[in-house]
Amino acid sequence: MSFALTEERERTLQDILSRYPNKMAACIPMLHLCQEQHGWVNDEVCEFVAKRLELSAAHVKGVATFYSLFNKEPVGKHQVWVCRTLPCALAGAESVLHHCEKRLGIHAGQTTKDGKVTLRTAECLASCGTGPMMQVDRDYHENLTLAEVDQILDRLTR
Amino acid sequence: MLQRTTYLTKRYGDPDGHTLAAYEKDGGYVQAKRALSMERSALIDEMKAANIRGRGGAGFPMGVKWSFMPWPPKQEKPHYLVINADEGEPGTFKDRTIMEKNPHAVVEGCIIGCFGIGAHAAYIYVRDELHLSKDRLWGAIAEAKKKGYLGAKPFGIDYPVEVYVHTGAGAYICGEETALLNSLEGKRGEPRLKPPFPAQAGAFGMPSTVNNLETIAIVPTVLEMGGDNFSKLSAIHNLKDGGSRLFGVSGHVNKPGVYECAVGLTLRELIFDLGGGVKGGELLAVIPGGSSCPVLRAEEIVRAPDPKSPLHPWDGRSVLDVPLGVDTFRALGTMLGTCCAIVLSDHADPVLAFHNLLQFYRHESCGQCTPCREGSAWLFRILDRIVAGEAEMEELDRLSEIANNIMGNTICAFGEGTAMPTLGFLLKFRRELEDYVRTKGMSGTRRLAL
Repeated sequence: MSFALTEERERTLQDILSRYPNKMAACIPMLHLCQEQHGWVNDEVCEFVAKRLELSAAHVKGVATFYSLFNKEPVGKHQVWVCRTLPCALAGAESVLHHCEKRLGIHAGQTTKDGKVTLRTAECLASCGTGPMMQVDRDYHENLTLAEVDQILDRLTR
Repeated sequence: MLQRTTYLTKRYGDPDGHTLAAYEKDGGYVQAKRALSMERSALIDEMKAANIRGRGGAGFPMGVKWSFMPWPPKQEKPHYLVINADEGEPGTFKDRTIMEKNPHAVVEGCIIGCFGIGAHAAYIYVRDELHLSKDRLWGAIAEAKKKGYLGAKPFGIDYPVEVYVHTGAGAYICGEETALLNSLEGKRGEPRLKPPFPAQAGAFGMPSTVNNLETIAIVPTVLEMGGDNFSKLSAIHNLKDGGSRLFGVSGHVNKPGVYECAVGLTLRELIFDLGGGVKGGELLAVIPGGSSCPVLRAEEIVRAPDPKSPLHPWDGRSVLDVPLGVDTFRALGTMLGTCCAIVLSDHADPVLAFHNLLQFYRHESCGQCTPCREGSAWLFRILDRIVAGEAEMEELDRLSEIANNIMGNTICAFGEGTAMPTLGFLLKFRRELEDYVRTKGMSGTRRLAL
């Protein structure tokens, strides 16, 4: 089945295209737009982006696979990233991660069986003064205690 | 010298501090309007006099960078201003605070910057994870546009300026300026060979200037104060390292955070006076400016008997008492980087810290150059073995061999960014590493968190 953007996202795409001197520059913003709708980037999405931006599908796939935020497979309804890099690690990131893994019954990199949560580790999210932290979908949660992690996970898995 | 300033952070405590109304109440956009009727050469002279060393880590004099742009601009070769807000260097969290709490300073800086380099469009490259930052920047752009400060005739002056936010998609390497340019152009974020430098062929193959976000945000302040006055805020402005900047401190301190101070602050002041002292023990070591900067041990003493050395005034004193400057820290054998220090107390295991950072570099190598791609993975595998208690003593020497084979053999400085902290940890924590190997990992505290 071929991929297409919703009408509203088509309008966003036109706005994105107006920002750059050529179409190729819209490649990453457009992949974000498609992922927002589809949840992940597959070959159909790459072909759609390639056609619209007059690029080769190989170029688009090369871009999509280079960047870690483009999902190469379906993910859960919510995405949780626990920052593991040094400043957060010094603040207790490892116990936050272990707690999430235990609570969700999965390892980092996996999705819960009910498809609700994908748990991953992240490299430095520019929140070094407020670690440990995790990003849940679009939001940062900082200075976390394990009790707060519980509250967040409760909300996500309800 | 500890001297707090509030040029960028004045409204940080105000929940509405990011709005146009709040910014204008503090004199916002007056300088952008003024700049657009200045002579370009006079504007650049102010920036040069300000001695702003790039705040992104390389510390290049910002006014000089602007002056590299070809002049006058050719019709068929439009200039671009590109702002680096890909903040991803572990330990660095200063630019995010500006975007969230003072986005109009960025937009105003972009207007002045565009005029200074002959550009009519600025792209602010923000890492995708920072959703609030992006929202705040877009919000500020919309407010400024509505007021007529951006667009075809900013402030009624015939010099069109547009500012856009462009997002990445999760790649540390895009903080490298040429990788960032490729990413902006819709390509894989792989660094380019230099030359050509961005001033000759940057964004879309056109002459471009890439400035760090904090660098551009301070531009309105510089213009308001005058370059020379701004430079003289610094205790080391004689070293052409001027003004004030944001300092960050994280890790084992009681009050981690971002603090705005005059340049010339020392690590001791940052850690003990601003950071509230070391948490859970004594100071073991500090990584001065983002994880790529080689680590310093607390007990290190400056050795600079040569009067020509920038460090000579601190000869015989503790490294913690040296002003945080681009040239002073280079002379110490480390780097100032982004001025955001990571503090390790003596309860933390430096070998695990080393391991943690090498995991980062292995993950973030873009894979373009073999020495870095293979080297970063090999370094991490050896550290993994050391931590697991499986390594042999000669593998410590292999670490320095691999790191030295990365140095200077890659397209971009990310290679050095991996090799230098590796060599730093090897030099400063050799005994701890040897103990680890000898005792099969039983010698350290085996923990990072307190």
